[in-house]
Amino acid sequence: MDLSFTKEEMEFRDEVRAYLADNLPERISDAVRRGGELTKEMMEEWHAILQRKGWLATIWPKEYGGPGWTPVQRHIFEEECCRAYAPRIVPFGLNMLGPVLIKFGTEEQKAEILPRILDATDWWCQGYSEPGAGSDLASLKTRAVRDGDEWVINGQKTWTTLGQHANKIFCLCRTDPDAKQQEGISFILVDLDTPGIEMRPIKLIEGGHEVNEVFFTDVRVPYGNLVGEENKGWTIAKYLLTHERTGIAGVGFSMQSLEEVKALARKVKRGGKRLIDDPLFAARIAQAEVDLEAMKITNLRMLFKAQEMGAPGPETSILKIKGTVIHQELKDLARRALGPVAAPFPGYLAEGNIMFGPDGTEHNAARYFNNRKTSIFGGSNEIQRNILSKAALEL
Amino acid sequence: MDFNLTEDRRMLSDSLNRYLGDKYPVEHRNKVAYDLPCHDPEKWDEIAELGALFALAPEDAGGFGGTGFDISVVFEALGRALCPEPLLGAVMAARILTKLGADQESLLTGATKYAVALAEVDAPYDPAGMDCEAKASGDSHVLSGRKTSVYGGQVADVFIVAAMLDGKPALFEVQAGDAQVVGYPMMDGGGAAELLLDGTKATLLAEDAGAIIQDAVNAGIVALCAEAVGAMDVTHAITVDYLKQRKQFGVPIAKFQVLQHRAVDMLTEIEQARSITIKAASELDGPDAARFASMAKNMIGRAARLIAEEAIQMHGGIAMTWEYPISHYAKRLVMLDAQLGDTDYHLSRIMADLAA
Repeated sequence: MDLSFTKEEMEFRDEVRAYLADNLPERISDAVRRGGELTKEMMEEWHAILQRKGWLATIWPKEYGGPGWTPVQRHIFEEECCRAYAPRIVPFGLNMLGPVLIKFGTEEQKAEILPRILDATDWWCQGYSEPGAGSDLASLKTRAVRDGDEWVINGQKTWTTLGQHANKIFCLCRTDPDAKQQEGISFILVDLDTPGIEMRPIKLIEGGHEVNEVFFTDVRVPYGNLVGEENKGWTIAKYLLTHERTGIAGVGFSMQSLEEVKALARKVKRGGKRLIDDPLFAARIAQAEVDLEAMKITNLRMLFKAQEMGAPGPETSILKIKGTVIHQELKDLARRALGPVAAPFPGYLAEGNIMFGPDGTEHNAARYFNNRKTSIFGGSNEIQRNILSKAALEL
Repeated sequence: MDFNLTEDRRMLSDSLNRYLGDKYPVEHRNKVAYDLPCHDPEKWDEIAELGALFALAPEDAGGFGGTGFDISVVFEALGRALCPEPLLGAVMAARILTKLGADQESLLTGATKYAVALAEVDAPYDPAGMDCEAKASGDSHVLSGRKTSVYGGQVADVFIVAAMLDGKPALFEVQAGDAQVVGYPMMDGGGAAELLLDGTKATLLAEDAGAIIQDAVNAGIVALCAEAVGAMDVTHAITVDYLKQRKQFGVPIAKFQVLQHRAVDMLTEIEQARSITIKAASELDGPDAARFASMAKNMIGRAARLIAEEAIQMHGGIAMTWEYPISHYAKRLVMLDAQLGDTDYHLSRIMADLAA
C-alpha cells in the first residue's frame, strides 16, 4: 500500500501546473470560475492551447497524435486542469469518437477524420438518446436504410450537447428492425450540412442552451460513413461508454466546489456571525468533505485497478453514483450559502451594475439546477445500480 | 501508487483469516463473547503466535510492523471473524509504549494483556472534562476516580490509565491486582471493565501526555475502522447470498429491483468506508493523523450502522434471531460507533478545523 505518486508523476504534475499557469488565459479561467456558459471561441481557443503542447487528445495513443499518457498521468492532468479552472475538454470528438475510430475505424477513416478533430476543423456531437430511448438506449428507433451507396436516415435524436456548435454528428441508427434489439444497430457518421437535418435548441431548467434535438428527414449520407460492421453498432456504443466513464467521479470538480463553498461560508454573515460558524451549515460542509476525501481514494483505487487490469471494471459505477451525489450536495450548499441573494436571475443585476452577494456567485442557483443533470446523464444512477447489481453482485 | 498489500502483510492476513475461520467460527465466538471472561486463553496464545501482536509495533520496538497498514490488516481479519479477543487494548498500549521507548516484549508475545483506560462517564471520548486525578505519593503516584468502558479490562494484567496531573492529562501504569476491576460482557460481545481507583498505586509513564493519548486514539480508530470494514464485508456477502437463496412469491428475492439497489448501496458505502480507512491508515504517522482518523471514524459510523440495519431488514425475521450470525455482526457494527468517538463527535472535530 502506497498512496503517493512516483517522483516522475510528481514532476509531471509540476510540468502540467506550470504550463497551465503560463498558458491558460485569465479571461477563460475567470469565465469557468464564474460558472456561466463558455463561448465556442473560448473552448476552441483552449483546445488550441493544449494541442500546441500535444495535450489535447489525452486518451489517444502517440501514433495518432495523443500524448501516450498512463491513466495516472491523465488523472493528474485532469486534477490540475480543475485546480486551475481550465475549461473541461469538449469530449465528443476527442474522448468519444476518436477512441472509437482508433479501435473500429478503417485506415481511411482514421487518416481523414482524426487530424480534423485535433485541429478543430470539425466539431462533433453525439446522436445517441432519443425521446423514446433514454436509459433503454437499445430501443432506439432512428432508422437508416441502405439505398445503393447511401444510407437514408429518418428519425429524431435528443439531448445533443453543444450540437449548436457542431458540424458533424455520430449516430446510432437501427439498420435491421427484425434482429434482436442490440443486434440491429449501426454506428454512422453524418455531416450536419446534409439536407433534411434540423437542429432545435432545448432550453434547460436554468434557462441555458446546452442541449438540442436533431430531426432527420430522408437524410442521405455515403454508405462508407458506417464505422465498424453493419449491425454491430452496439458493441461500439458499449466501448464508448467505458471511455465516457473515465474521470466520471468528477473529484476535481467537487474539490473546486468544496473550496468555493468554504470560502463563501467564511465571507457570508448571518446575524453578524460567519456562516461557517453556524454548526448546522458547517456540519453539512464537513460531511461532504469526509465523503469527498473517501471518494478521492476510491477514485485512485479504481484507477490503480484499471492500470493493473488494463480496463476499468464495473465498480466504476460506484464513482458515478457517489461522485455525482457529492457534487450535487456541494452545489446545493453553494446556493444555500447565499440565501435569498441566490435568487436574482443571472445577468439582470449585473446590467444595472448592482452587485448582490460576493463576486463570482451570481450563477450559484443556476449551477445547482443545471447540475441535477449529472445523476441522470451518462447512464442514470439507477442504471449504474443495475450494472453493479448484475456485474458486481451477480443478483 | 500501489493498493496491493505487501507480501508480508498478505501472508499475515491469509494466515489470520484461515486460523480464525477454522478455530474461531461464529458458534465458538458466541460461546466466548457473551460471558466473562470474554476471552479464550488458548486461542489468544495461538493468535499471538501467528504474529498478530508483533505486527502492532515497529521493528525498533521489538515488533515487525507498527504502521497503519499493519494494524488494519490484523483488525480487518478480526472483524471478519467478529473476534472478541482484547486486541484493541494491545494496539493502543503498543503505540504508547513505543512512543515512550518502553519495553513491550511481554505485550507482543501475548504473555501480558494490556488495557488502556481513557474514558470516563462524563468524558467518554476526550481528556477534556476528565475527573480522575493523580497525586504524588513518595516516589510514585496514587490515582483516584473512575475510568469507564475499559475495553479488554476484564482480563487485563496491566492498565495504562489517563489521569489529571497538575491540570494536564498524564499516563500511568496500574497493575490489575492493585485496582478494583469490575468486568462485564458487552451487548455486541467482548468484554470491558469499570476501573475504580481510590488512592490506587500507579507508576507515572508520561506527564503532559495529550499528544501521546491522541496518537494512541488515532491508532485505535484505524483498528476499529478496519475491524468494521472486515465485518461489513462479511455482513454484505451473507446478505447478498441470502437474497439469492430466499424465495418469496415464487422467485428468489434477489430478483426484486428494490432489494438489488439497496444491496448495491451497501456495496458503495462499504467501498467508501474502505477508502477512508486506507487513507487514515496511510496518514497515521503523519502530521494530520487526527484529522483523517476523525474522517474515517465519522464515515465508518454512518456506513456500519447502514450495513447493519439494511442487513437485518433485507433478511427479515431470521436476522432478529440469536442463532443467525447476522444478528451478531449487526450488533458489533452498530456498537463500535461508540468506541473512541462516535459519528457526531468526530464530525464536530472536522467542523472545528473548518472554522479555523
